[in-house]
Parts: sequence; structure tokens; C-alpha cells
Amino acid sequence: MIIGIDMGGTNIDGVVLHQDRILKTFKQPVDGSDYFASIWHCLEALIEGLDRTDIKRIQLSTTISTNAIVENKVAQVGVILQPGPGLNWSYDHFGERLKYISGSIDHRGSPVRVIDRKELRQIRDEWSDLPIDALAIVTKFSVRNPDFEHEIEKFFSNDYPDITLGHRLSGKLNFPRRVETAYLNAAVSRTFRTFAEQFQQALEQADIQAPVYILKADGGTIDLEGAIEKPVETILSGPAASFMGMKALLHENGNDRLLIDIGGTTTDLFLLVDDVPIFEPLGITINQRKTLVRAIFSHSIGLGGDSYVRFEEGQLLIGPERKGHAIAFGGKHLTPTDALVYLDRLKGERGDESREAIEVLAKEHGLSGHELAENIITKMGEMISNTVDAVLEKLNGSPVYTVRELMSDRTIKPDSIGLVGGPAEALAETIHQSLGLPIDYPADFAIANAIGAALAKPTVEINLLADTERNILSVPELGIYQTLRGSLDLATAKQFAMEQVKLAGQTMGLSKEQLDTEIVEASIFNMLNDDYGVEKNIRVRAQIRPGLLTHLQREGGYNESKE
Amino acid sequence: MKAKNRLGLILFPAFDWAISPRHPEREERLLYTQDQLMEEGIEDIDRIEFFNPLIATDQDIERVHLAYPDVEALVSESHRIAAGGVMQAFDLVLSNKAEKSFALVRPPGHHAQRVVYGDRGFCIINNEAVGLAYARQKYGDMRVAIVDTDCHHGDGTEDIYWNDPDTLVISFHQDGRTLYPGTGPISDLGGPGAYGYNVNIPLPPGTGDEGFLYVLEHVVLPILEDYQPDLIINSAGQDNHYTDPLTNMNFSAQGYSVLNDRLNPDIAVLEGGYSIQGALPYVNTGIIAAMAGLDYSGIWEPDYHLGKWKQTDRVGQDVRSIAEAVIEIWHKKEEIAQELFRSQKKVTRQRQVYYDTAGIMEHQTQEFYLCPSCPGLDVIRSKNDQGASLVGITVPRKACPDCQTKAYELFETEQRSRVKFVLLQDQKNDRFQRATGR
Repeated sequence: MIIGIDMGGTNIDGVVLHQDRILKTFKQPVDGSDYFASIWHCLEALIEGLDRTDIKRIQLSTTISTNAIVENKVAQVGVILQPGPGLNWSYDHFGERLKYISGSIDHRGSPVRVIDRKELRQIRDEWSDLPIDALAIVTKFSVRNPDFEHEIEKFFSNDYPDITLGHRLSGKLNFPRRVETAYLNAAVSRTFRTFAEQFQQALEQADIQAPVYILKADGGTIDLEGAIEKPVETILSGPAASFMGMKALLHENGNDRLLIDIGGTTTDLFLLVDDVPIFEPLGITINQRKTLVRAIFSHSIGLGGDSYVRFEEGQLLIGPERKGHAIAFGGKHLTPTDALVYLDRLKGERGDESREAIEVLAKEHGLSGHELAENIITKMGEMISNTVDAVLEKLNGSPVYTVRELMSDRTIKPDSIGLVGGPAEALAETIHQSLGLPIDYPADFAIANAIGAALAKPTVEINLLADTERNILSVPELGIYQTLRGSLDLATAKQFAMEQVKLAGQTMGLSKEQLDTEIVEASIFNMLNDDYGVEKNIRVRAQIRPGLLTHLQREGGYNESKE
Repeated sequence: MKAKNRLGLILFPAFDWAISPRHPEREERLLYTQDQLMEEGIEDIDRIEFFNPLIATDQDIERVHLAYPDVEALVSESHRIAAGGVMQAFDLVLSNKAEKSFALVRPPGHHAQRVVYGDRGFCIINNEAVGLAYARQKYGDMRVAIVDTDCHHGDGTEDIYWNDPDTLVISFHQDGRTLYPGTGPISDLGGPGAYGYNVNIPLPPGTGDEGFLYVLEHVVLPILEDYQPDLIINSAGQDNHYTDPLTNMNFSAQGYSVLNDRLNPDIAVLEGGYSIQGALPYVNTGIIAAMAGLDYSGIWEPDYHLGKWKQTDRVGQDVRSIAEAVIEIWHKKEEIAQELFRSQKKVTRQRQVYYDTAGIMEHQTQEFYLCPSCPGLDVIRSKNDQGASLVGITVPRKACPDCQTKAYELFETEQRSRVKFVLLQDQKNDRFQRATGR
């Protein structure tokens, strides 16, 4: 049995899966701000009457770290940066808890100027009176050589218990993002750890031995120990849960597909390329902070079933504001949901009031009620369709760096749409019309997010770099920095990367069949040194692809795909 | 961080292409530059956007070059992409998708001349010229200044615009007596239709930031002020850098940044520069920051030491006297031209062009016809030591009807001469024709 729990902003969803069937579900509004109580309550309800020893894994998508950041209920973090020469990004938002130190590492990972320990002592003195709970330490190019970050960590290890080092969070290059990511990790570290410990204790008391996995924004999971070390990985997992849930509930066809989740306030777009999710190029953005946290690509439109509908200067406008429920469900302002009720595509609780509101607005603008309702829905379809076009244009224009890629001209072209959300069924025909693609929508998507959380499997992405001139091989994500002995070719490097990814997956409980590993990119460069000897610079990016632990039995039937 | 100027970047390192595995123009060339740009967070700066290159077609290339035996036989996909990158750079600026653009593409192009038998100085097609010809075709006539800051004389660009008064070419370079390709003296000033609009500034080995910026202030900027171009292009070679393995100059990343800030080009195009670890990562970051209008004061080579790369007083004196000579000629160019070309109908010059990479020697005669109502036709008669030969007839964009008729007549008659190919490059009608000789 797998238990999946998704804690969203309003609801907490839970599901128990046995092999490929849904055994039990749970849905309730979130209870105040006590996350642990909400989750524990849900878990207890789900396992009631079940044999606890049958539970194979517990998978959580939580908003603990996200909310801590969004509500600014975070630890006081001291930030120590070693930026070296380069662009002058401003980090003033860290305020008085920000210190720069000299010393630098270059793009190859060679130390250019060493750390001045006097500066470290000075920081210790200056910060001795400031309340600081955690440190974030980031050196430019630290993923190429973590020595300086380690040296600074060592200096402060007795002063601060929680220290985050930039190079441990991602192997990608981007100093400003590494800084923000390290800061956020340090900032939520205590909050997440407190929750995790509380949860572990409760599991022990309840005699549940199943391992716990936490959903990440990339649609994969991380084990609880890993999440305690890198809690920043657990932010913004909501869209990933929804995405994985859709993937589990919809037909697969192996092609490019567009997934649309229509909610009350927003509509979220996702894409599958050859049925594989694509990622944000660098990482997710939270509270205007750009991070290196890997995330499923998604695009959010301020348009949903409860968006505010009105005319401004003769123009029909929908959203992005939401002013409450639809009139048909006790609200005060007109929404697309009311239009759907008018057209008998949805049932409302207060259908008469809703109809009247449509009639009144229609009359003001010389339309019949039916015309206005149709216009609203058509407009909604157009807005989605225009956004889809813009998103595809942008994605298809993403920069490439090889002749092969530029000449191959692989463009993303969805051939079908998967649709979920409250008004999905009522809007299916409209969206089919405006995008001109066949549509598939599941009969029951109420607990799609919990299903997504339950079925997500651990993912790992690694960025391997080997430099035969400096005799180093590094995989920052796994903390590997080793000396190379002898030569290395691309095939061996790829093999090593695959082995490491597999090992990481197996450590997190994946069976051989579940390990869907791949080399994402691999390149080898001849480096000519001063004596015209040829050395190699090798770069390999490998990953466990996000995917489903098992495929779900399609009970309850599915709606026929249009066309 | 938000850029002051909307900057479009075409970063195409062609990680899967090299002239040969150990050639300086190999896959690795922009690897560290890309690393540096990514680590600096360039991708996250508001108003800096990345674009993919276009791909130059035969027609795009034939607007500029007389290719032997034809374009397809000479160029690789990478050449088409490098030129296409510059076409994109022009598109971005002229369609206002960006205010400025920078094409970081390879291989370079500024040694590629009008006639092309093969590779010279790592260049086969002139990326800027292909981009500019495309832009003039698509967006109409414009006055353009190309400022070539590569350490090697931009002899290809000089040749292409030798007789074009609408394209001012200024090249800073290490004195040709000390460096490939050996050309670029002050006295090479252009053809009869554009005399004085080819400005060479040969600099002594050892010129540093001070010297380059002196030339910029005292020669380049005043000339641009006079010329009033619609667009300024920086042919941004980066081999004046103190770490460059092929040259002997003392220019720094900070110097390149200041130069780009003051020059304020609309478009920059990477040319040479083979100090791929010590210079390119920093120089490119500096150029991007300067073009975007960002603070570049923190961009230094990590090991930079001012005292070590300061130019000597002797070099400073030489630079000042060269600057003086160049600006003096600029002011007197019309007088000199009148004297020089008085009552001539045709100006002829003989040239030898060596293709160092391809190992070919070419002998050329260029004929520039003087016309009172247009820049005039020009005809190239060329043969090389491998037995190839061609005649190229070029109708300039602003040709008068008489010259145009004359060109088509010449195209017919030349087909009776003993050459492999006769090429008609009608820039006015954007038409290219190829015929075999007798």
C-alpha cells in the first residue's frame, strides 16, 4: 500500500493505493496553521482499519516550507558571499546579515585568491550580538571547487548549528540563484526539521515503519532524511502533485501533450514532450527569488472558474482578479462558472440569481443572456489558446548550443490535451474548439493531487564534470569531488554518471524496473594546454526521470476523447 | 537586475564543430565563456534575452561573396549559422525586438573577402557583411559604421566595403608589419567611390587600455560624429587581450568594457580571440554589461594586475602620432580624392591574397568604374595557383540605370573570356547569376 497526501492551500487530500487500485480517499479543508495536525489527522483517517505493516511508503506533498517562505516565518540567516570579480548583483535585501569576503575561484575551479581569515574573524565579532539562527555560505564557482565553502563552514561550525553550503544544492552554474537557494534552504531548515521530527515520532508511536518521501517541484520525491538536509527541495510541490496526478489519470500516447488544470483562480498549463515532462530552464521562482530548485515547467494564467467577469470601456474582461465564489454558489460577482450554469453545462446552487445577473449585464450591453454567456466562455477559450501559443513560441525558441540541435529543429507540437479541474467537463468542448485538438478528461479528478503525490517516484539529477588536466571529477549533487587517475573518455564518464544515478535511486528505494535513468546531455571537449598536449573536459548531465511508481487501473471509466 | 538597454544575445558556441581537433577554432572555444555568463546569472537579467541564430542561405551569402566553385562547396552548417547569428542580430535591432544585440558566434568572418576560394584566418564568409546585406535588403538603405576592434586587420571587411560610401570601416589592429594578415596601413583609404571611408589604425605591439581608449576618443568617436551613421557595428575581436596567445597587446576586460560603453554600438559581433580561458569569459561579460548599460566596474580578470599591463611611454607616443595622422587624413579625404582620381574613368588595383588556412594564393585585379551619378560598377578578375579563375561583376545597391545596363552587357561579353566562372552580383535587384566562361 502507498499512502499519498497532498496539503494544498485550501484542502488536504489523501489516498490509499493498493497495487493499482484506489482503496480509500480523504478530503478536508486545511485546519488552521497546524500543518502537522492536519497531516496527521488525514493519515489517521486513511489508515483506520488497515494493516499498518502493509504500508510500503508514505508520500507527502506539503506546503510547510513554501508557506514559511511566503509568510516570511523563517529563521534569521547570516549570508556570507564570496563573489569574486564579475557583475554587481545587489544582495541588499539580506540587510545587515550579509557579508562579502575576498578570495575567488575561476571557471575551471582553480583558486585565484585565497580566503583572508582576518575577514572571517571580523564577521564573527560583528555578528556576535545579532540574532542569527543559520548561515548560508556561497562562493562563485563553488560547484567547480567547494574547498572555500568548506573552509568557511569549518571556521563557523561551532558558532552556528545550521549551515547551508551553496554547492550542495545544485550542480548548475548561476551564482545569484545559488545565493538565493542557499539562503532559502537555511531559512526553512529549522521549520522543516521540526515538522519532520514530529512526524517521525508520531509514526513511531503509531508503530508505522514505512519510509516517508516528500514531493519536490520537479515531480519526483526525496526521502525524509534528504529533505531535512535540503528542505528547499520541498517548496512549491503543489503544481507537481497536480501534474503527476493528471499523468496518472489520463491516457498516455507517447506524443507531445498539453495538460490544463482549470481551478477557481488560475489555469495552469503543463507540457509533455514525447510523454516526458519538461522542466523550468534553471529553477523555480518563489517570492520573486529565483532559485536553482528544479521544477516541472508550468505556466499559470489568472483565469479560472471564479474569475471576475465585467465590461470595461465596452470590452468584456475576465480575471485575473477573483472576487469570491460564483453567484451560482453564493458569491456576489459574475464569473465564468455562472456562464456555464446559464448554458446548462454546470449545475449551480443558486441558479436563478446567477441567471438573472447574466441577463442584467447582457441587457446593459445590448446582448441576450445566451449571447453573453457564450461570449464569456468563448473568450475564456481564446485566452487559454493565446497563452498556449505564446508559451509554445517561447519554449520552441529556447536557445540551443550545438549545430545538431539547431539543424534538427525539434519543435514542441502537442497533438492532444488532457484537462482537469472543476469546470473541465463543461469547458472541454470550448477548449477543443479554440485549440483544435482532441481532449481527454478523467471522470474523477477530485483527489488527483493526492494520487500524484502517492505515485511520484524519487528523482535525482546530477551534473558531472571531469577535467583531465586538473585531474578532478565532480558531481556536486552527490557531494562527489574526487581525484581522477589516468585518462577518462566520454563513454566511461557516462557509465559512471549512470551508475551514480542508479545508486542514488536504489538508496531511495527504487527497484530496477522503476529506475528510468537517462543521460540528458553529454559532451567532451579537447583542451589544449600550453605544450599543445590534449586534455579532456567532459560534462554529463544524467537523471532519474520523474514518473509513476505504478500505473493506475482505470476504474470508474474515462470520458471518450473527442474526435 | 534590470538592464538599461534591451539587449538581445545570440550565444551560439557550436559545441559540436571545429576546424580540426587541435585548431584554435574548436568546440572548446566558447565553453568557459558560457560557463562564466551562466555563473554571472546573465540569463536572469531583465531586458536581456537570448535568441537562436538564423541560418544563412546561398542567396544570403551570394549578396556579399563571389564563391568558387559555389557556396555549398565552401561552407559548413556552422558557417551558415555564424552568419545567420549576425542576421538575427540585425533583425532584433531593426525590428525593435531589442535595442542592441550581440552575436557570440563562431567561426569568425572578418578576414573573408569578396572572392572566396577557401578559409583564411579561420574565416570563410564575412558574418557582418552577410548580416548587413540581409538587413539592407529587408529594411532598406542605411549608413553603417563598422568598427573592428580585433587585433588583426579586418582585411575582409575592408575589401567588401572598399568602394561603398554608405559603409564606413574603421579597423584598430596590431601593426601589419608585426602580425597576420600583414595589411592595414593608414594609406589604404578606399576606392574612388568611397575614398577615406576605410580607416586603418595600426597600433604598436604593447598598446594597453590607455592607448586603445586614446584612439577611441581622439579618432574613432570624432569620425563617427562626422559620419553620423544609422547603425554602429562593433566587430568585436578579443585578441588585443594581454593573455592572447597569437598577438602582443595589453588590452584588458575592463578596457574592452569601457570601449564598448563609449563606442555605444548597436550591434556587436564576436570575431577572433583565442585566449579562451584567460580573456574571453571576462571580455564577453564586460561587453554584455556595457551594451546592456549595466555597471561593469567589477568585471576583471581574476589575476589582473594593472602595473603589469600598463603600456610604456614610448608606445603611448607612437599611438598619439598615429592617431594624429589618421584624423588629419580624415579631414582632407575629399581633397586627396579629387587630386588622385581627377579625370579618370577607371581605377585599377592589383592584389595578392593569401589563404593561410587553405594554402591558396590568389591574384586579383579590381576595376572600379567612376560614374558621376552613382558609386560605379566594379569588376574583379581573379585566378589562383590551383587553376581556378573567375570574373565578378558587381552592381552596387545605388547603381544608376546606365551602370546597371553596362553590367549586364559585361556579363554577356565576359562569358567569352577564358575563365571558369563569370558571376554577376546585382545588389540593386538582389539577383545573383552564374555562368561559365569559355
